[in-house]
Amino acid sequence: MRLILFAVSLAGFAAFFAAGARGLRPVGHYAGPYGDVLNAISVPERHATDVVTAINFDFRGFDTLGEEFILFGSVMGVLLILRQQHDELRKENPEEDPNGPPAASDAMRAFTLALVGPMVIFGLYIVFHGQLTPGGGFQGGLILATAPLMVYLSGKLDEFKAVTSPRLVEIAEATGAGGFALVGLAGLAAGKNFLENILPLGKTGSVFSSGTIFLISVLTGIEVAAGIVLAMQSFLEHALEIMQRGRNG
Amino acid sequence: MSGLEWLMGWMGYAVAIWVFAAGLYGIVTSRNWMHLAICLAVMQSSTYVLLLSIGYRTGGAAPVFADIPVGARAVDPVVQALTLTDIVVEATVLALVVVLAVQIHKHSGTLDPDKLRELEG
Amino acid sequence: MGRAVTLTHQIPPLPIAFPLLVAAFLAAGRDFWPRRLTESLALGTSILNVILTARLLELSFAQPIVYWMGGWRPRGGVALGISLTIDPVGAGAALLASLLVVAAFVFSFKYFESVGTLFHVLMLVFLAGMCGFSLSGDMFNLFVWFELMGAAAYALCGYKTEDPKPLQGALNFAVTNTVGAFLALTGVALLYGRTGALNMAQIGRAMSSAGHSPDALALTAFAFITCGFLVKAAVAPFHFWLDDAHAVAPTPVCMLFSGVMVELGLYGALRVYWTVFAGLLGSHQAPLRGILMGFALLTAIVGGVMCFAQRNLKRLLAFSTVSHVGIMMMGVALLKASALGAIAIYVLAHGAVKAALFCYSGILLHRFSAVDEMELHGHGRAMPATGALFGFSALLLASLPPFGLFTGEALLGETAKRSGYGWIALVASLAAALTGGAVLRVGARVFLGWGDKRKVEGKKIKEERETSGGQTRTPAVMSGTAAVLVFAALAIGFVPQLKVGARKAAVDMTDTAGYQSRVLDRTPLPPPAPVRTPVEAGEFARGLATVLAAVALAAAALFQRRLPRAARAASRSLSAGIEPLRKLHSGHIGDYIAWLTVGVAAMGGLLTLAFR
Repeated sequence: MRLILFAVSLAGFAAFFAAGARGLRPVGHYAGPYGDVLNAISVPERHATDVVTAINFDFRGFDTLGEEFILFGSVMGVLLILRQQHDELRKENPEEDPNGPPAASDAMRAFTLALVGPMVIFGLYIVFHGQLTPGGGFQGGLILATAPLMVYLSGKLDEFKAVTSPRLVEIAEATGAGGFALVGLAGLAAGKNFLENILPLGKTGSVFSSGTIFLISVLTGIEVAAGIVLAMQSFLEHALEIMQRGRNG
Repeated sequence: MSGLEWLMGWMGYAVAIWVFAAGLYGIVTSRNWMHLAICLAVMQSSTYVLLLSIGYRTGGAAPVFADIPVGARAVDPVVQALTLTDIVVEATVLALVVVLAVQIHKHSGTLDPDKLRELEG
Repeated sequence: MGRAVTLTHQIPPLPIAFPLLVAAFLAAGRDFWPRRLTESLALGTSILNVILTARLLELSFAQPIVYWMGGWRPRGGVALGISLTIDPVGAGAALLASLLVVAAFVFSFKYFESVGTLFHVLMLVFLAGMCGFSLSGDMFNLFVWFELMGAAAYALCGYKTEDPKPLQGALNFAVTNTVGAFLALTGVALLYGRTGALNMAQIGRAMSSAGHSPDALALTAFAFITCGFLVKAAVAPFHFWLDDAHAVAPTPVCMLFSGVMVELGLYGALRVYWTVFAGLLGSHQAPLRGILMGFALLTAIVGGVMCFAQRNLKRLLAFSTVSHVGIMMMGVALLKASALGAIAIYVLAHGAVKAALFCYSGILLHRFSAVDEMELHGHGRAMPATGALFGFSALLLASLPPFGLFTGEALLGETAKRSGYGWIALVASLAAALTGGAVLRVGARVFLGWGDKRKVEGKKIKEERETSGGQTRTPAVMSGTAAVLVFAALAIGFVPQLKVGARKAAVDMTDTAGYQSRVLDRTPLPPPAPVRTPVEAGEFARGLATVLAAVALAAAALFQRRLPRAARAASRSLSAGIEPLRKLHSGHIGDYIAWLTVGVAAMGGLLTLAFR
């Protein structure tokens, strides 16, 4: 019964949405001032050739600060919700669990371990060149986060945990997020507005350019990478190691 | 060719509307919380399509002026930045929903909203 | 002197940036900071926020503040960066949020089971989100802080994971609010497509100059954004998530949810209307008023009825919030500055009272490990002071004159009469009587042991304690916080500056052209003159009548066996009539989203009809 009411409403909703969308310009005819102005001033005023990154970390950096802390808060939430309960035990040897995942084959080991290095380098490249070419902290951080995942895929959970010490990763994540807020506050200390640029702009096209955009991009990369690794750790620990009292493992 | 032009002019928005509606339908009729989480993500993705369609400019290059001169015809960078932020928001909400669903499954042994009718007021 | 001016000038971003910074710091040392350090830092940051937002409030009364992030000021009427546009209502909302977070931290001092520092980290992030939401002047930025509030809230809601119930409540909360948020984002995208701007003032200017009659796009954008925020505000039929979330969230979190988070949803809808759509839709105020009023009345009634039918104290309080949001929505729907001023006072008083009531439910949970009315029957007889304050809070909820909630409601009634909507005051009275009566009933049953002792039917719902420590005494931090909140609610009715301030704040918020000129041009228009609304004696009588009705309802519920047969039969058929409504609140996420869609479609359909 509720389905019929819902279906009718959904149709009405779609029709209403469509009527509104008719008022938009057809796709391909963007004419608004905001994007064009930013396209025009990004290079002369910020020496940043990748306008999207410049928007993310400078023009609309305040949005990105909020977004970074959304990621931060969600990771904290994941840690909170997946924590070990007091009625749960930790498995001694998850590898010997007959219900656990199979061990990695040699081909898998070779392939994934070989990929770790290139992943890290590529990730760092994307992070450092955010202001020049498509990329930046978020994209690069994500790529960096897959490197430890490769280590996990190549073998055991222990190796993954050896590479990613939880304490260090948490500190890294907090530093990335807090660092962003600090950069903004540094602008205040320098007598300017929050998140206003306070570093030298450098030469357009070189890596150390665009002032604070570069710095924030790096900080964001650290935060995103650390956050995702933390989440991965929680998930893996939860799935493989934690079991409820009363169930045999 | 005007028929095709008309189609290209409105397809983006139509897709956004369809995806939003499909996501909503999926959420309402879902029998599994993991499926529901994905439907939520689908619904969220419709906003990307809408935003990017709004900012597109035919014949425009990417708004990266490393190889092309400043002032060249480029698409809107603002919607791209918004979409990036959007994607991060979606991923984080998805993470929280999945994590909650995992714990529910651990405690109740089921992921079916119909079977989980414990909260009744 | 120069340095002081600079410092003042730089306050706006601080209430948002500091909590975030401290949250990151606390998270870095999650496992090794001692508890005292964590608590002191968290409390200190929130107190600092109170000071900062209070200063912002003071400054914004003289001249609403516009602060450009990154130093990007608008050029040629095009906003390049993100602005914080702080007027008294926004600053007031941020101040309320900060005050309630202080109360929550004090309440949870020492006894609350905190998982490392995660509770405090998430609460600080939540605080930053709320302040950002209240102070922002950019539409997409509003969405970002909305989501930040949401992410922290979902995590805090799923805090007690020993039980599958909190997880379900958090899930329903998360999915519903996310759908609402992305609905709003869709509306923002539409507006961006039309105006090419994200700054609220710029959009408002562009929308009003586009034409005199609103077209389909404007209506769709308005409907989507408003409905998205009304989901957060728990207006019917978007309200189903609220009681699930409250039933399972820990007490300090509930204080914030009911006290300020839900009200911020209304604030968002109001802000967007008055800055973006007022110019365009202003000429058609009458039908718009009617549509919004419809939603408001539905919310107030559904909330009130469901509230009275609850046994679980936290759910009862949650539905009472829904009902009071309905009353607030009535003020919003009138689309007038004087109504807005009334609602501002109402929100403050309601926040204080509701937070106090949640404190009491937390105290009961701490002492007796239960929040069910029947289970707690008579347990509170040894706590007379607590019981007295609890009962007094119930009366405050029922708009006891001349205290806080009454002041707001009376002003609302006055404005409504002047707009030809005088009869809504009766609905508001009914809703207040229902909620106040319900709380009174619980108070009498728990603290006085009155009422028929009914066998606890159905399966016994085991309630998890959220605190540690002995169960023989109530910790001073808990009872003290509650008492302070009750007295704050009391005092609100007696501070004349509040009424004057609220009026001026409302006038500032509804001054669309002034807002736009202040943000985009460098030369602000002169502020409009405030309006006067004296409270007539008729309202006083109505307030007293409401309180009496509440007492009568409570008594009827308590002493059902002693009622005359006709009344008993009437109450039985009433309960039967409510059953379908109760079944609707099924806890099933599919139902909730289905109703959400119905609500949006209804809003859309009504708007289309009204503006044809």
